Amino acid sequence: MLDDKDRIFTNIYGLGDTSLKAAKKRGDWSRTKAIMAKGREKIIEEIKESELRGRGGAGFSTGMKWSFMPKEASERPHYLVINAAEGEPGTCKDREILRNEPHKLIEGALLASFAMGANTTYCYVRGEFFRETEALQRAVDEAYAAGLIGEDACKSGYKFDFYIHRGMGAYICGEESALIESLEGKKGQPRMKPPFPANCGLYGCPTTVNNVESIAVAPTILRRGADWFAGLGKPNNTGTKLFNISGHINNPCTVEEEMGVPLKDLIEKHAGGVRGGWKNLLAVIPGGSSVPVVPKAQCDTLCLDFDSCQDVHSGLGTAAVIVMDKSTDIIAAIARLSSFYMHESCGQCTPCREGTGWMLRMMERMVRGNTSVEEIDLLEEVTRQVEGHTICAFGDAAAWPIQGLIRHFRPELEQRIADYQSSDKTAAA
Amino acid sequence: MPKLTIDGIEVEVEPGLTILQACEQMGIEIPRFCFHERLSIAGNCRMCLVHMERAPKPIASCAMPVGEGMVIETNTPEVRQMRKGVMEFLLINHPLDCPICDQGGECDLQDQAMGYGHDRSRYADNKRAVKDKDLGPLIETMMTRCIHCTRCIRFATEIAGVQELGATGRGEHMEVGTYVEKALTSELSGNMIDLCPVGALTSKPYAFTARSWELKKTESIDVLDAVGSNIRVDTRGAEVMRILPRLNEEVNEEWISDKTRFACDGLKRQRLDQPYVRRDGKLTPATWDEAFAAVAKRLKGIDGKKVAALAGDLADCESMMALKDLMTALGSPHFDCRQDGAKLDPTVRAGYLFNSTIAGIEHADACLLIGTNPRLEAPVLNSRLRKRFLMRNFPIAVVGTGDDLTYDYDHLGDDVEVLKSLANGRHKFAKVMKRAEKAMLILGQGALARPDGGGILSLARDIAEACSLVNDKIGWNGFNVLHTAAARVGGLDLGFVPAGKGRDTKAILDGAGKGAVDVVYLLGADEIDMDRLGEAFVIYQGHHGDAGAHRADVILPGAAYTEKNATYVNTEGRVQRTRLAAFPPGEAREDWTIIRALSAILECPLAFDDARMLRARMVETNAAFINVDEVAPAAWKPFGGNGELGTSALSSPIENFYMTDPISRASVTMAKCSDLLPGAEKDKTGTDG
Repeated sequence: MLDDKDRIFTNIYGLGDTSLKAAKKRGDWSRTKAIMAKGREKIIEEIKESELRGRGGAGFSTGMKWSFMPKEASERPHYLVINAAEGEPGTCKDREILRNEPHKLIEGALLASFAMGANTTYCYVRGEFFRETEALQRAVDEAYAAGLIGEDACKSGYKFDFYIHRGMGAYICGEESALIESLEGKKGQPRMKPPFPANCGLYGCPTTVNNVESIAVAPTILRRGADWFAGLGKPNNTGTKLFNISGHINNPCTVEEEMGVPLKDLIEKHAGGVRGGWKNLLAVIPGGSSVPVVPKAQCDTLCLDFDSCQDVHSGLGTAAVIVMDKSTDIIAAIARLSSFYMHESCGQCTPCREGTGWMLRMMERMVRGNTSVEEIDLLEEVTRQVEGHTICAFGDAAAWPIQGLIRHFRPELEQRIADYQSSDKTAAA
Repeated sequence: MPKLTIDGIEVEVEPGLTILQACEQMGIEIPRFCFHERLSIAGNCRMCLVHMERAPKPIASCAMPVGEGMVIETNTPEVRQMRKGVMEFLLINHPLDCPICDQGGECDLQDQAMGYGHDRSRYADNKRAVKDKDLGPLIETMMTRCIHCTRCIRFATEIAGVQELGATGRGEHMEVGTYVEKALTSELSGNMIDLCPVGALTSKPYAFTARSWELKKTESIDVLDAVGSNIRVDTRGAEVMRILPRLNEEVNEEWISDKTRFACDGLKRQRLDQPYVRRDGKLTPATWDEAFAAVAKRLKGIDGKKVAALAGDLADCESMMALKDLMTALGSPHFDCRQDGAKLDPTVRAGYLFNSTIAGIEHADACLLIGTNPRLEAPVLNSRLRKRFLMRNFPIAVVGTGDDLTYDYDHLGDDVEVLKSLANGRHKFAKVMKRAEKAMLILGQGALARPDGGGILSLARDIAEACSLVNDKIGWNGFNVLHTAAARVGGLDLGFVPAGKGRDTKAILDGAGKGAVDVVYLLGADEIDMDRLGEAFVIYQGHHGDAGAHRADVILPGAAYTEKNATYVNTEGRVQRTRLAAFPPGEAREDWTIIRALSAILECPLAFDDARMLRARMVETNAAFINVDEVAPAAWKPFGGNGELGTSALSSPIENFYMTDPISRASVTMAKCSDLLPGAEKDKTGTDG
């Protein structure tokens, strides 16, 4: 259990005031100038030492990412882009930060931009987050008025601007290069890599795209020190993390916990337990819709951190824990995800454009059972044909849930087909 | 130079190449759909995936630049499996209508499916159907066949410079189209048909008329503008079915204009397929003997000085050479190849050529356009200007009308005064050009074909001098004349201009009106005001029943450019030859042979009996004709003309791109395109359409 003193987001439930004054009381914007005075290198070093891994899903080292930006500014400006296009089903952490802890984000943006030599931050907010955008804008206005950002941010002499851009709610615009395209006013479609954004990103300039949570935790890490953060959690999976627990539990919630917290503890302590008790658990999707499902047997001992999740062929993703009890039709549940991915595929590259539709149609047959056992193998093969062959990771995200289903629930799939065939015969007779 | 290993072979390639290009250099074929050398990289078809050592995923070889020490595998079972997978995805929603698809037989998808695909389908569901789009009279769409490679979108946006095509919708519902249904406004749109790797975009006029394997392919040259685009003429029997571009990096790269491509249906209409003689005021069919006899009768005993000749825009060099010799033999100095009256100075070759060369545009670093709209006069050349513009640091200024040229430019005005201030170096753009290392100016026919054209030519030369556009040290000549007629440079090279005190076009027409000229020989000249020919006896030699034929007293039917082996010189001074793709219709004959036969009837036989001798005669006249397909720099000497400078505005001579010559005027397709031009609607009468 995370101690209250180690909590970063102390107002994540919005119980307190979200104004600048209240935020300052909670510790935001304190010693910001002093942190900046340490210099760019030191800040990046500190974040690297904290072993903070990106909170957007891929879990790439944030400090490392920052260090990819060119050290010397050329005539091309640098940009920090904050990814607040939180669209992963099951995930609801960034919206809480935007609503209730916006000053953590703005301060983090200032420090991160300073560390990377960027004078401008764009925050790309998902279109549906209307109230969240309002809350963030309110906070940005307060920060400008208080001189914390602007021409002379925190009286450090550093010019820093923070712009909010509202997207239109496309899931793919959460992919960093599609987000950049969308921000430039184009159709939100991922770009090829290389070139990587750190070299050629927004408007062809060096750009870093970070998740809201990664940026929002940065000021606290810099204030309390890398050692403090690295001391929490497990090696290589350090710090605290916002977990979103939803589904068949008694108390769905977003909660900050230490990395590596056992799944069972998380559900029982914070979410009021699985509906009908732990025994009634069927499976858990530990990291948002795009990671493979984990069956109960593995859930018993699963710890929630990047590496442990990977060990069970799943992923921590955004730490959106979707809990399913035994009343769930798991095939229909995964088919629903396939439907989501088919709807959200941008259509740019072939395997994803054609594959998501094909997979969905096969999944729909799997739900009813009006198919053959051979088609399960075909479905598996099609997911392999999509996985890794696309421009962005969307293809993987569409393929993995189905692979997880087939890996752990093949007997259910076969049973469904057998049931359908026997009912068919009964109907015919 | 980075060293990498491809399929176990270590190679060193130029930096900046992609892996796909490196493989190509080694002779390893990588299948692809979206990649095209002249377009930006999209990397979306995923057909070119290869395996790279230490990469977590397979990489798209079309987008990955080569790097030191890379180890690439292009032919492992995994790579083959990936290709099969992508191929399968492309085919699940692609209709199996190859037997009725115009792309059949020349389809990338068909070919690559044979090479890299499964032998059967595993897709059990219904295929997607997409509503077809109406892109105008040139491009037929079958959007169900589209594989979303986005080549057409990239072509329109990048090369053609019209942001009219795009993709709407997401995922399976993504569709390529114009956002609001309308015809494309590009003069280069037909190239999308060639770029489309499947049968989604096909030629509308050619639709369902032939299969590619039944066609005879003849490599030739286009003559509908002065660029001399290299083309391939596809014929079935005597019929030209379609015209396609041929690669020539120096001239047209691999693009041709819509007129070049689609005006070929004009070759089947309004053709002069037998001689005619005017009897009792009416043109009546005649035999060659009768036609020649009528000409001989009229010319008998006439003073050579009362005979004149004009060569039109499509005349080939052989026939102009022959006609010039015939006129000289008859004792006439009155002949001119500048039927628009352009005040070109024939004495200095550099004074009427596009000296920088078309490919040279890419090396220029500033450009001034005078009285020209290259988008309408030479769309392919305009695409080079746009290509250079996209490379950045290429300031362009225009003196003329401020039309949309598909690139940004500074509009300096449309009057001669601007030219004066450019010539004296005071204008700010003069300074820009002076500072540039390789600046160029392009002088259009709109500036020359006017009473003060000679003065403007001199002024343009002054600008070239004042802004140091000509630099022999680096071999750069930035003085360029952009012609609109394929015959013009050849005519000037052969000296088809008034000899001594001979009459030029205007004087010939004036003389004919006043009775000083009794006989006018029109060699395909249709763009003159026929009413000004007065009572003159008109001999018209050409291939189309256009303005000249209507006025003629004797019609001698000739061959169009697809029906003869003929020489043309493009605006750069590049000598190129067309090839006979189909025989001329009916009684029509190759043009120079008509003049040679006529000379025998007139008892002044010309000194050549075959094409070889005639070409030797051309070389004797101008050594430039020795080097076919090449451009030799022309010496920079004083030239120019005089003429009091007027005040009227400079503009392009072309208003309707789709109808500039007898062939395109006879084309139904070009008529349909003209109908869509802005302002065409108001000219329509109640019985139209």
